[in-house]
Amino acid sequence: MTRTSAVPTSRPRPLNLDKIGPSLAKHALLILGAAVAAFPFYWMITTSFKEFGEAAKSPPVLWPTSWHLENWVEAWQYPHTLWANAFANTIFIASMTTLGELTTSVLAGYAFARMRFRGRGVLFALLLATLFIPTEATIIPSFVLMSRRYLGWYDTYTAQIVPFLVSIFSIFLLRQFFLGLPQELHDAARIDGAGHLRFLWSIGLPLVRPALVTVSLLTFLNAWNAFLWPLIITSRPEIRPIQVMLVQFTTEGGSRYHLLMAGAAFVILPTLVVYLIAQRYFIEGIARTGIRG
Amino acid sequence: MAAEVIPAKIRVASRRRRIFLENFEAYLFLAPALILIGLFQVVPGIAAFVMSLTRWGVIYERWAWFENYAAILDPSGARFGEFVNALGVTVWYVLLTVPIEMAIALIVAFVLYQGTRGRGAYRVVYFMPYITSVVAAATIFEWMFDANFGFLNYVIGLVGVGSQAWLREPRGIFQMIGSAFGAGLPDSFAGPSLSLVAVSIFTIWHFIGFQTVIFLAGLTNISRELYEAARIDGARERQILRRITLPLLSPTLFFVGIIATVGAMRSFSQIYVLTNGGPLDTTRTVPLLIFHTFFERTSVNGIGLGAAMSFIFVLIIIAITLFQFRVLGRRVFYD
Repeated sequence: MTRTSAVPTSRPRPLNLDKIGPSLAKHALLILGAAVAAFPFYWMITTSFKEFGEAAKSPPVLWPTSWHLENWVEAWQYPHTLWANAFANTIFIASMTTLGELTTSVLAGYAFARMRFRGRGVLFALLLATLFIPTEATIIPSFVLMSRRYLGWYDTYTAQIVPFLVSIFSIFLLRQFFLGLPQELHDAARIDGAGHLRFLWSIGLPLVRPALVTVSLLTFLNAWNAFLWPLIITSRPEIRPIQVMLVQFTTEGGSRYHLLMAGAAFVILPTLVVYLIAQRYFIEGIARTGIRG
Repeated sequence: MAAEVIPAKIRVASRRRRIFLENFEAYLFLAPALILIGLFQVVPGIAAFVMSLTRWGVIYERWAWFENYAAILDPSGARFGEFVNALGVTVWYVLLTVPIEMAIALIVAFVLYQGTRGRGAYRVVYFMPYITSVVAAATIFEWMFDANFGFLNYVIGLVGVGSQAWLREPRGIFQMIGSAFGAGLPDSFAGPSLSLVAVSIFTIWHFIGFQTVIFLAGLTNISRELYEAARIDGARERQILRRITLPLLSPTLFFVGIIATVGAMRSFSQIYVLTNGGPLDTTRTVPLLIFHTFFERTSVNGIGLGAAMSFIFVLIIIAITLFQFRVLGRRVFYD
């Protein structure tokens, strides 16, 4: 998809000054845009390594005169922050959510694509309809549902994991992929005596691997970035995830921006690295489903 | 062969049994997803309306019918002013973000689509903000918007504009621009506050990559042959844009427009981190107001009022979406 271009450029052409002008302007525009997109990241990293005085200097210092790696240590060990704990929480919550969501959406996506049962059309339409139930409306009742009177999950990991073990977008995405598998494959497996579960496990899943990777990455990313729900459903610092921890840290850190930027970097860098490695899955997964966080 | 000796009655029974088993297995596959959606989406969705009809602070107090709605919609009450202010802020926020996001994303997607070298690399960079956590990215912007040492004040200083308070500035931008040119504007024409503009700048930065990727996918779906045919017929680039590209891209534009509008109306995290609704409530959108009502005032019927507010807000979102479908949907061209 990325390699094709609108203009065929296979044949070498003489230098065309009429084309270089617009092309230069085009690239200048794109580079300016890319700089705006990337600058905050650059500013975060450089600020995080500056000395306190240099970070607050006017005019701003674009490149640190000396690199203070100890800022990161100081931010990590800042009083009342439990970064290691928060990271363990987030990794635990995100992994469990990803595993669980993968399981529920593979099963449901497969059933909608490959199994015949009563009410399939109606059920699928109902599923679509639930997409229109907005978070604003459900967040207060969900909060009450978690309270001691009903589920008793307030201030637990369970409350941060179980409600996210299902995603309609993932079900749709996997259903699309399972629909794309050739019917003959399915018939052949059935003749050999394989049931649905057997077929799904040994033939279906390996064939839809790209979809599994996309769903896993997007689910993990969403869980990593989750903020509002953990903010209201937890109060003990020991079980809070990194996003909530970061807000607490920025509140306490005041205007010591070199430390705040180190804290932001803790949260951003892991996802940025994974994104740069697996960017195709992210971009194509989102282009396909149109998820907007 | 064996089937021939089995009486018809038994055959029907075994067929029924097979169908039953197949249905049973399918519902077993669906059960985890359906139970979770039911419990965490459908039940709270219905409960939201029920709760809006109660007085419910820390604990359930009593059934209250439409008292909460009356309290919010009564023009002489304090709740009414809050809610209308929040709605106004939300509308400004949508107007400040959605059109600009879409225009920039569209231009970037067009340029990238024209076989630009390094398209993949640009796409990766433009998409970077979208995958970063809103909370962490907003922390960076809080720093760049800092009134004393922020990078943005330095940048506007380069073009001769004085330092601004950005996120702490409650004054309306029209009023500020007016007073810079010596024209005093009345408060009713003050416009959105500079702090809301600052929040919008962050939002635009964060979501451009998402829209660019969707537009790029939409452009790539348009058949190349159409362009070639038009060129052979001697169509000029402007004509191609108006007669081919835009009509065929209109479903994508429509889709992005709706998603972006609803998304902007529902924004919470970035506003919470950057301003928490302040200064002087000039960035308090409806989701922030609901959050404040429900979370920080649980002692005074926060759950009942909050649920009623969210219900009204959801109705408004649905009305706006339907309006977009009626008015803009008609211009969408489906091939």
